[in-house]
Amino acid sequence: MTTITPARPASQPAGAVRFGRLLLAEWTKLRSVRSTVWSVIVFVVVTVGFTSLITGLIAANWSQASPSDRAATVADPVATILGTGLYFGQLVICALGVLTISAEYSTGTIRASLLAVPRRLPMLAAKGVVFALLVLIVGELAAFGSFFAGSAMLHAHAPVALSDPGVARAVLGAGLYLAVLGLFAMAIGALLRHTAAGISTAIGVVFVLPIIAGLLPGSWGQHIYNYLPSVAGAMLGQAQQGADQVLTPWQGFAVLCGWTALLLAAAFYLLRRRDA
Amino acid sequence: MIEVTDLSKRYGDKLAVDHLSFRVPPGRVTGFLGPNGAGKSTTMRLVLGLDRADTGSATIGGRRYAGLPRPLCTVGALLEAKAMHPGRSAYQHLLFLAQSQGLPRRRVAEVLALVGLTEVARKRTGGYSLGMSQRVGVAAAMLGDPAVLLLDEPVNGLDPEGIQWVRNLMKQLAAEGRTVLVSSHLMSEMAVTADHLIVIGAGRLIADCGTQEFIERSSQRSVLVRSPDPARLASLITAAGGQVAGDGQDRALRVTGLAAPRIGELAAQAGLVLHELTPRLASLEEAFLERTAHSVQYQASAELEGAGR
Repeated sequence: MTTITPARPASQPAGAVRFGRLLLAEWTKLRSVRSTVWSVIVFVVVTVGFTSLITGLIAANWSQASPSDRAATVADPVATILGTGLYFGQLVICALGVLTISAEYSTGTIRASLLAVPRRLPMLAAKGVVFALLVLIVGELAAFGSFFAGSAMLHAHAPVALSDPGVARAVLGAGLYLAVLGLFAMAIGALLRHTAAGISTAIGVVFVLPIIAGLLPGSWGQHIYNYLPSVAGAMLGQAQQGADQVLTPWQGFAVLCGWTALLLAAAFYLLRRRDA
Repeated sequence: MIEVTDLSKRYGDKLAVDHLSFRVPPGRVTGFLGPNGAGKSTTMRLVLGLDRADTGSATIGGRRYAGLPRPLCTVGALLEAKAMHPGRSAYQHLLFLAQSQGLPRRRVAEVLALVGLTEVARKRTGGYSLGMSQRVGVAAAMLGDPAVLLLDEPVNGLDPEGIQWVRNLMKQLAAEGRTVLVSSHLMSEMAVTADHLIVIGAGRLIADCGTQEFIERSSQRSVLVRSPDPARLASLITAAGGQVAGDGQDRALRVTGLAAPRIGELAAQAGLVLHELTPRLASLEEAFLERTAHSVQYQASAELEGAGR
């Protein structure tokens, strides 16, 4: 037990710690805790399950729905479908995004991580890339699953196919939205460095702020509401711009990317400055 | 070689490290000694770039830690135990560290064998004892086969066998020509492990010398004497040129300047009864307390260790 193997690898890779190694390390971190595995399963089940349930209820109560609701669904069925289950599923993505970094602080793993990558920024960058890719993949899975389940439910009243204008972009866009939303949540986690505070804040911004902003009157209120990160970003999950929206789907997505870039910049800056 | 120059760090209104300078050369175990809250952990965190220094600098082989291309292959560090995700296995914890440095998976198995954790490596670390977690920390420190090791209280939580193992490991690493800096608040531990001591109190350097030298320089030998008539004995001793510390309470006197046989002879000549006559060698603890006693902030700073993480 007391023997020390002078085991330097035969070929010492030279040069700076390369980014690819950090991607691999972050992937190991992400997949080696159960919370990731469970969150991903819960996310897909909740998203597709709620989509089926809610679109099923819409179809069952079609005759009782108001003419304006029916018209909105017929005009953009994919927006209705993706606005149901994913609305709840994004909660899981937000929690997971915060946890990927806040759990490092709560467990002390951050010290090991920063000793391995003392320049710090490449570590968070690699974490962001790996996490966003994971969310993109499971997000697309959930988006397509939701679309096929929901369009089957609504088929009799508001038929929609992937080949309809804007629909394929909307379904793909929903996964993209989730990936960026995940980064948004990760940035909040990196800024607050505390799991409970981070998840509360992320959920507050994604779920509570839109409700409050939705009550604001007039054009001002409408603009504020449309520029909120989750409201703007979710527009990419629509085939076309809604009548009450001031942004096109891509503009909305760009607004979310802007918010995310802002928070990430702050997170990077503070990661560099603060004691770990 | 670790070089610390004029290093200072303030947390709020507490000065945790106060213009500290020292060097740690390779080839010997250097003990980093001080009471809890003296600034040992903070100094190590500053050397490792986890905290930002307010003044001064710390370099390892002439480079700042943050400037090392593959830091774990140059410096191995053991900070607090249990600083890992309880839901992740020791293997996965070491694997991500190895991957970040471009080290092969094989190296993870090697360090796990080195610390004797191969059997439990796939279990989640949340179920590990403090001693097992400490071993994971040692494994992480050894991962990159580093030339410099910083170990913060490595024997904490270990059983006697584990303590012996860590001591031997440190000596062996130093004998291989590595730089080994090991902190402890236990002077007895340092006495058997360290060749050289860097002693700090209240964030300031108190001593930087050989362990043996520290004990010899800092302390006088004394003799503990108990007698039913301490006042008379004290006057005899003083008359013979000895010094009496102790106020005679509990009928005990601490005598310096006279050897135990001479004290016995004095008492016998005067017909005095002695209940105890014990020569006392200065322990490292006493030497330490003696050297830090004048450090006024020493008592007040005891809470810093907790505040400074």
